[in-house]
Amino acid sequence: MTPSTSEESEAAGASSGAAVNDFSISVATVNGTGSQTANSTLLRAIMRMGVPVSGKNIFPSNIQGLPTWYVMRLSEEGWIAPREKADVVICMNRETAREDVMKCAPGGWIIYDAPFKLDTLRDDLHYFAVPFGTLVRDVAPPKLHRLVVNMLYVGVAAELLDLDMVAIDGALENAFGKKPKALEINQKAVRHGRDWAAENLTRPDGGFRIEKRNLTEGKILIDGNSAAGLGSVMAGVTVIAWYPITPSTSVVEAAEKYLEKFRRDENGKATFAVIQAEDELAAIGMTLGAAWAGARSMTATSGPGISLMSEFIGLSYYAEIPAVIANVQRTGPSTGLPTRTMQGDILFCAYASHGDTKHPMLLPATPLEAYEMMQDAHDLAERFQTTVFFMSDLDLGMNNWMSDPLPYPTKDHDRGKVITTAEGFEKQGGAKEWGRYKDVDGDGIPWRTLPGLEVDGAAWFARGSGHNEYARYTESEAVYEGNVDRLTRKFESMKPAVPAPERSNCCAGGAPVGVIAYGTVHHSLVEARSRLKEQGFEFDYLRIRAFPFAESIGEFIAAHDHVYVVEQNRDGQMLALLRNEIPHISAKLRSVRHYDGMPVPARAIVTDILSQEATA
Amino acid sequence: MPTPPSLPSAPGLPGGKPKGPPVNRRELSSKDYGGGASTLCRGCGHDAISAAVARALWENSENPYKIAKMSGIGCSSKTTAYWLSRSWGFNSVHGRMPSVTTGAVVANRSLNAVGVSGDGDTASIGIGQFVHVVRRNLPMTYIVANNGVYGLTKGQFSATADRGSKSKKGAINDFEAIDLCGLALELDCTFVARSYSADRKQLIPILRAAFQHRGTAIIDIISPCVTFNNHAGSTKSYDWGKEHEQPIHEVGYVNEWDLDEVEYEAGSGINVTLPDGGELHLTKLGRDHDPRDLSAAKALVADAQAKHEFLTGIFYINEKRENLHEQIDMVDTPLCELPQSVTRPSREMLAEVMASFA
Ligand SMILES: Cc1ncc(C[n+]2csc(CCOP(=O)(O)OP(=O)(O)O)c2C)c(N)n1
Ligand code: SF4
Ligand SMILES: [Mg+2]
Repeated sequence: MTPSTSEESEAAGASSGAAVNDFSISVATVNGTGSQTANSTLLRAIMRMGVPVSGKNIFPSNIQGLPTWYVMRLSEEGWIAPREKADVVICMNRETAREDVMKCAPGGWIIYDAPFKLDTLRDDLHYFAVPFGTLVRDVAPPKLHRLVVNMLYVGVAAELLDLDMVAIDGALENAFGKKPKALEINQKAVRHGRDWAAENLTRPDGGFRIEKRNLTEGKILIDGNSAAGLGSVMAGVTVIAWYPITPSTSVVEAAEKYLEKFRRDENGKATFAVIQAEDELAAIGMTLGAAWAGARSMTATSGPGISLMSEFIGLSYYAEIPAVIANVQRTGPSTGLPTRTMQGDILFCAYASHGDTKHPMLLPATPLEAYEMMQDAHDLAERFQTTVFFMSDLDLGMNNWMSDPLPYPTKDHDRGKVITTAEGFEKQGGAKEWGRYKDVDGDGIPWRTLPGLEVDGAAWFARGSGHNEYARYTESEAVYEGNVDRLTRKFESMKPAVPAPERSNCCAGGAPVGVIAYGTVHHSLVEARSRLKEQGFEFDYLRIRAFPFAESIGEFIAAHDHVYVVEQNRDGQMLALLRNEIPHISAKLRSVRHYDGMPVPARAIVTDILSQEATA
Repeated sequence: MPTPPSLPSAPGLPGGKPKGPPVNRRELSSKDYGGGASTLCRGCGHDAISAAVARALWENSENPYKIAKMSGIGCSSKTTAYWLSRSWGFNSVHGRMPSVTTGAVVANRSLNAVGVSGDGDTASIGIGQFVHVVRRNLPMTYIVANNGVYGLTKGQFSATADRGSKSKKGAINDFEAIDLCGLALELDCTFVARSYSADRKQLIPILRAAFQHRGTAIIDIISPCVTFNNHAGSTKSYDWGKEHEQPIHEVGYVNEWDLDEVEYEAGSGINVTLPDGGELHLTKLGRDHDPRDLSAAKALVADAQAKHEFLTGIFYINEKRENLHEQIDMVDTPLCELPQSVTRPSREMLAEVMASFA
């Protein structure tokens, strides 16, 4: 997208040095210094004060030593997308401190480690110098300094921003509940920071403050990967094969944690298997092998892993073997920016593998959807006997989001058309009639048996080579065509089964202009929509939640004068997919793209749409 | 390693019935273990392997429905369609049979997996998966039908072709061969054997023992490709095999239910008991080798490779090391049979998780 040219002070929320519950805090630290717990304590405390908040971790592809930022956005309206500039900056990293100060919004606050001497850099900011190095000696033994120093800034922030101590204690309890010693030392550090700030720092009039509200009651704070991992466990996932890769690793780690907890029998034996494979080729191979044998299975990866898995994905499609692949997308191509976010694999996953292949994709935008769509993914994979992509991204997967608690599933697992008994086999025609790839029900979905069923004629030979209705080898042109046409019918029949798009008209009767978004861009879009409305521009909005596209998506586009597709990649991948799948609406589509690896700021969308509206 | 077979008490082997072809303990004839017609070249070593596999399954009275026939891609990998049509096969992608087998066997531990691969499928594109399946000691039989070439893509040298051996077109192979048995031993593989497709007498009992082995059984079977690697100058031809095969011992396998009928002279060889109670009997031929001794096995195979000797037999067997199921402490019930009441956590469990995010 064209770089934004607008000035600092413009609408999308840059502050002028004062705000209650509507500002952002950026904590600049060094990777590997254990600041996560401090940051999530701040975040959780704010939420427990009833103020909507979200937290984004901007971290390097490095284990220790490189700069990292944690950005919290408080917003009573519930906006989540990052603001372009932070209002309160906590500078704990000498290396980036100057830059961090320069990037602060005018009128902002700088809380910094005193020796950095930052207070002469700009004169439109308020500076709070804190001797963290000295203070930490009062509360912790030397070997804990590096960790505990982070809790000092929590205390300082608590004092300056009016954070409630009860909320902070609750958040600390959440983090250290099971480790009383750690809890005590961290509580001490927070209090010491707070007390020191109360005595030594003066808050300017107005300024940034957090006031209690009741806007977060019952909410939880969760990252999308934990929600997805938990979703797979509720879906009854039984075999997971994977190879570590950022940002997908924590999907499996979360799932494994809950499997370990809930899926050992009375003798302590595992009723599941999590196998760390030698690579992604093996991970998907194991996933397919397990599914072929009848266990719910999945793998989780990111772009590079999908590239490796592609041959197997085609096998899954053609031999009709279920698989769930969680793709937590990161910035490509190649290794790309492994710790930045992107909706970069939309086209690739839709058609992954050689030959004619198509795969359903689910597009979660929130932790709740990550949880629910992961369950959908398992049901759909078995029902349609094919690979289902769960397309999350780094922003959803690795950042903390406020969410309603994840509900207990209401539907039973849908295991699809599986024959598990001799009677079931007879019902499907028995040895004489049954054929593994026969379309007996007219929906393109055949019945399958599982290895080990002790019935003659129930066995079939899974192969990626040409096969007839009985899974026997053939190179017959007619049989090949009939089979792949059935696969198309099967794919088409998924349209009503996948999560439906979510439409919201601007007003009764709707607007002439439509906007389409999907995944985490949703959060930027709704904020941009509100800003655009303030400027007198309204549109109807459709959020795509799955591929194949429901009929209503084409109808939405056809019903509008033109439609912006807002997405997070350079090439307009969703737009290309829409054009390819629904050709007659091609001319109506316009593209809004943002692809620097960061979540899209709302203002970027506002500016782009306005400029396209002005020129078109 | 299979499920403990729930055998009907049928007459012993062979010919318990008065009329018709002989049947095994499951009342099945050897034909019942047969498969589709082969489409390989006439005389291809792989067909002899298929016949031996079918025969060994029959002799062992293996439950046909519980055999999982796994393969990759190649002439050799096609052969799982040519035996035991009664059971399921998975002809996967090139070099990846081990991972698919891992998933299948973990999902259903009552399956007895027999994987068939080629030297290209295993020693080149699939070498990584070969290494890792051995490392995990997955219960399975892993057959490499080794002809020194890529048959299906028309005769290129494979990574097991001996250095100095000649291609059909006259090219000399400049590269050192990967000895799959040597590599497997290096990885502490728990069952390592080499055989020759034409040596049916040896191959069948090796297979029978492999089917009952507790972990991964690697059997490297020299299997001449009559079309691309059966000429003078090849070290994987029938002529070469006939002249050079040196069995290190005579191999016999006796199922538990037949043990009473067989008597071995005391001290006549080495006996190893397998998990199903069957016994492997190895009678010395020419060399002293104890296949329970890993370092002796390594030395034997390394020495043979250096001298380009074609030794066959069971180089190593270890029935003690835990297999994958045991390492991950898996329940006895096949995972694929677990009902939703087991696979979906309860409301209380979810509530507990939600509380941790509040
Ligand atoms: C990814 C991939 N690359 C290449 C091929 C082509 N290919 C098919 S079989 C084969 C070699 C098979 O050799 P081997 O495993 O020794 O089997 P053989 O035919 O000799 O029994 C190759 C390279 C393929 N099927 N897939
Ligand atoms: S090409 Fe060689 S390996 Fe393939 S079927 Fe013919 S003889 Fe066998
Ligand atoms: Mg070969």
